[in-house]
Amino acid sequence: MTTPVSAPEKKKFRLKYYINYLLVGAFFLIFLIMDMTMGLRTSSVQLLVKIAYSIILAVSLNMVVGFLGELSLGHAGFMCVGAYIGCFCANYLHKVIPSPLVVLILAMLIGGVVAAVFGFLIGLPTLRLKGDYLAIATLAFGEIVRTVFKNLNAFGGALGLTTKRYDNSLYIIAFLVVLFTLFVTQNLKRSKHGRAIEAIRDNEIAARAMGVNVTYYKLMVFIIAAFFAGVAGVIYGHLVTPVSNTFFSFNYSIEILVMVVLGGMGNVSGSIIAATLLTFINVQLTTQLSGDMAALKYLIYALILIAMVLWNNAPALRDVREKFSLHRLLAFLNRKLHPAAETPDAPEIADWDKIPTKIPMDALLSTDIKPDHTFEADKPEKPSK
Amino acid sequence: MSNYLLETKNLSISFGGLKAAQDVNLKITKNELYGLIGPNGAGKTTVFNMLTGVYRPTSGEFFLDGENLTGKSAIDINRRGIARTFQNIRLFSNMSVIDNVLVGMSNQSKCGIFASIFRLPSYYRTEKELREKARALLDVFGLDGERRTLASNLPYGKQRKLEIARALATNPKLLLLDEPAAGMNPQETAELMETIRFIRDHFDMTVLLIEHDMSLVSGICDELTVLNFGTTLAQGSVSDVLHNPEVVRAYLGDE
Amino acid sequence: MSTLVNGLCLGGIYALIALGYTMVYGIAKMLNFAHGDIIMIGAYAIISTLSLTGNTLAAIIAAIIICTLLGVLTERLAYRPLRGASPLAVLITAIGVSYLLQSIAQLIFGAQSITVEIGSLNAVNVLGVSIPVSSLITLALCVVIMTALTLFITKTKLGCAMLAVSEDRAAAQLMGINTNMIITLTFAIGSALAAFASTFYLMQIPSATPTLGSMPGIKAFTAAVIGGIGSIPGAMIGGILLGVIEKFALSVPALAPYTTAIEFGLLIIILLVKPTGLLGKKRREKV
Repeated sequence: MTTPVSAPEKKKFRLKYYINYLLVGAFFLIFLIMDMTMGLRTSSVQLLVKIAYSIILAVSLNMVVGFLGELSLGHAGFMCVGAYIGCFCANYLHKVIPSPLVVLILAMLIGGVVAAVFGFLIGLPTLRLKGDYLAIATLAFGEIVRTVFKNLNAFGGALGLTTKRYDNSLYIIAFLVVLFTLFVTQNLKRSKHGRAIEAIRDNEIAARAMGVNVTYYKLMVFIIAAFFAGVAGVIYGHLVTPVSNTFFSFNYSIEILVMVVLGGMGNVSGSIIAATLLTFINVQLTTQLSGDMAALKYLIYALILIAMVLWNNAPALRDVREKFSLHRLLAFLNRKLHPAAETPDAPEIADWDKIPTKIPMDALLSTDIKPDHTFEADKPEKPSK
Repeated sequence: MSNYLLETKNLSISFGGLKAAQDVNLKITKNELYGLIGPNGAGKTTVFNMLTGVYRPTSGEFFLDGENLTGKSAIDINRRGIARTFQNIRLFSNMSVIDNVLVGMSNQSKCGIFASIFRLPSYYRTEKELREKARALLDVFGLDGERRTLASNLPYGKQRKLEIARALATNPKLLLLDEPAAGMNPQETAELMETIRFIRDHFDMTVLLIEHDMSLVSGICDELTVLNFGTTLAQGSVSDVLHNPEVVRAYLGDE
Repeated sequence: MSTLVNGLCLGGIYALIALGYTMVYGIAKMLNFAHGDIIMIGAYAIISTLSLTGNTLAAIIAAIIICTLLGVLTERLAYRPLRGASPLAVLITAIGVSYLLQSIAQLIFGAQSITVEIGSLNAVNVLGVSIPVSSLITLALCVVIMTALTLFITKTKLGCAMLAVSEDRAAAQLMGINTNMIITLTFAIGSALAAFASTFYLMQIPSATPTLGSMPGIKAFTAAVIGGIGSIPGAMIGGILLGVIEKFALSVPALAPYTTAIEFGLLIIILLVKPTGLLGKKRREKV
C-alpha cells in the first residue's frame, strides 16, 4: 500500500464532539451560580439530582439500545444492584471514614463495579440471544434481582434499605458523574472499538466476517452500561431513603427506555434533553396529580413511545420524514448561507442520528440489495443471464 | 506439507437430508485467480460459507497455507487470512465509507479500550496510522473522494467495490468474492475485471470467486471448478472445463 | 394433590395466554407485549357487562367481542405500519401499546381492584380431594379450545395459509395469500383466546386491576418460550408446566417469596440451554 494519499486529513475543531459537554455544563453552571448567589431550595436540589441520574441512565441505556442495537429491559435491575450494594457498603463505611464525600465516591465505585459484574454474569450467557429473546431475558433478570433484594433481610427486606442522605451538594457530584459518563461513552464511540460496535449493529454477520469479536464487544457494552446504571443507583440511594425494591420495577426500565426513544435511539444529545425534560415533567405530574390521574403519566409515555417509533420507522412515512428531517433543514440552510460551498459531507464518524436498524430478516431473505432510491440514475441495468 | 495456499479435502455439508455440498476438493496455488461456477443452487455460496466459518462442515477439512482451519469460528478464520464479500451486499450501511474500511482494519491496531477512552498517545498514533492506510486503500478503488459518504448512499457498483476494499482491509491471504459482477453492466464488469487483476498483482493476492458472468470467468480465471447439485462436475483449466460436454449439459440442459 | 390440581388450572390459563403469544409470534414474527393487557381489558369488560346485565354468558360474549376488536385495532393502527421495520421498533411499539391500555384502564376504572362474583364456586370431591368446579371447567375448556385450534390450523384452508405465512411471508404473498388478512386473523384469534383467559382468570381470582394482565402476560410468554415458540402443543405443555411449578413453589414456605424469581430463572435457563424451547424448530439465518 504505497499509493500516495491525495490530501492530508486536517484536524478541525468539531463543535458536535463537544456539544454534549457544553449542554450539560451550561445547565449545571446556571444552577451552580444560582446556588452560590441565592441558594437553592431542597426541592430544586432533589430535582437536579433526579435529572442527573436520569441522564446517566438514559445515556448508558442508549449505548445498548442505540449503539449496539439490542433491547435491554433490565436497566432498572442494574440500578437496583448498584443502589442496594453501594448504599449497604456506604452504611458501613460511614463508621470508618469520616468524610461523606469519600464514602460517596467509594460507594459509587463499589456499586458500579458490582453492577458491572452482574452485567458480565448476565451478559455472558444471554448475549447469545437476539432481539425479543434478549429483551425478555433482561426483563426477567430485572425482576429476579428485585425479588431477591425484597426478600433479603440484610438489605431491609420489603421495607427497603435505610440509607444516610447526602447534603444538598449532592447535585454537584451527580453532575460531575454525568460529565464522566459522557466522557467515557463518547470517547469509546469515536474509537476503533466504537466502530466495531456500530458494525455489529449494522450487520452482525459481516462484522464477524471482518474478524470483529462480536461477543467481546457486546459484553463490553453491557458491562459499561451496567456500571453506569449501578453508579446512578448509588446516587439515587443517597437522595432517597429507604431504598425500596418497588422503585426498580419493570416500569422504571421502561421509563428509561422512553427517554432513549424520545431523544432518538443512538443520539446522545437527544437522550440528555429527553431525560431532563421527562424527569422535570414527571416530578411536576407526581406533585400535581393525585390518585388515578397519575395514570396520565403512563398515558403520555405510551403515546410518546408509539408516536416516536411510528414516525421514525414506518416505511410508509419515509418520504414525509425525509422532507421534514433536520439534516435536510441544515443542508438547506448551508446552501443558503454558502451558495458556493460544496454539498455537506456526511460526518466522518457515521452519525448516530440515524435510527439503527438491524436488517430485518424478511427483507433480507426476500429481496436483493436495493440501492438508495436517490441514485436511481446511477443504477446499472441488470444484465439478463 | 502441501504447496497450495488453499486446499480442501472432501469438504461436505448436509442440512437435514439435503446434501448441499459433497466432497468438494479445491487446490488453489498462491497468486491464482480461481473460479467456482455452477447453476443456481449448486452449492457455491455454501462452500464459501464453510470456508469462512459461517457453517461448520459435516465432514472433510480445509487448509490455508498448510494450517487446518476446519471448524474454526468466522472471526478466527478471518484473522488467519480468509476474507470475503457477500452475494447480497452486507456493508455497514449506517457508517461512512472510511469507517467501513476501518472496521476491517481494527484487528491490525493494538489500542486497548482504556487507551481509547482516556485518549492516551497510543490512541492518536494508531488512529492516524489506520486512517492513512484506509485512505490509501480507498484510493486504489477510487473511493477516497467519497470516504465520508454513508455506505448505503453509494451507488450500487461502488458498494460492491467498497465490499472488496473492506475485505482487503483485513489483510487476508485469500480473498473470496461472491458474485462480484452481479447486477453490473458489461462496461462495469470490464472495469471490475481490471480491478480484480490489479488486486492480484498489487496486493499479491490469491482470489477465489463465484460468478455467473462467463465473460468475466473466461476473461480472468486461471482455473475453474464447476459444481452441480453439490458435487464437483469438472475441474481444470478454463478452456478445458468450458468445453466439457457435462458442463455444457448442466448449463443448457439435455437436448 | 390439591396443589397439583391448582397448578394445572393456573397452567391452563397460562397455556391459553401462551397460545395467543405463540400464534402471533409464529405468524407475525413479533412479540405482542400488549397481549396480557388485552386480558385485563377483557376482565373489565366482563365485570362491566355483568354489573349491567347480570348475565354471565352475555358478559363472556361481550369480552370476546371487545378483545377481538381491540386485538385487530392495535394490529391495524400500531403494528401494521411497522411491517418491514426493525424488530426493535416493533417491540418498543408493543410495549407502548401495553402501557396505553393500562393507563386508559386506570383512568376509567381506577387503580383500586374491583371484585366480582362469577360462576359457581362449589367444590366437588374427587378421590378425596376437594376441587372447585370452576377449576374443572377451566381445565376442560382449555383442552377443548386447544384441540379446536390445532384442528383449525392443520385441517382448514385458512389454517394452512397461516402456516405458509409463518414459514415464509414473502413466498406466501407470491402464492396469492393475503398476508395482511392472515396476520389480522391471527391477532383476532389470539385476542379471542385472551378473552377466554380473562374469564378463567376471574373464576380463580375474582378481582381486577389495571395491571392484572402484565405479570400473567410475561409469565405466559415464558411458558410459550419454554414450550417452543410457534408450537401449539408446546404452548400447552409450557403453560401447564409453569402453572404447576408456580403453585408448588408457592406451597413451600421457604420458596414462596422467590416464586417469580424461580419462574424467570427457569426462563433464562431454558433460553440458554435450548433457545428453541422444548418443541420449537430451529431457524437458520441465510447468508
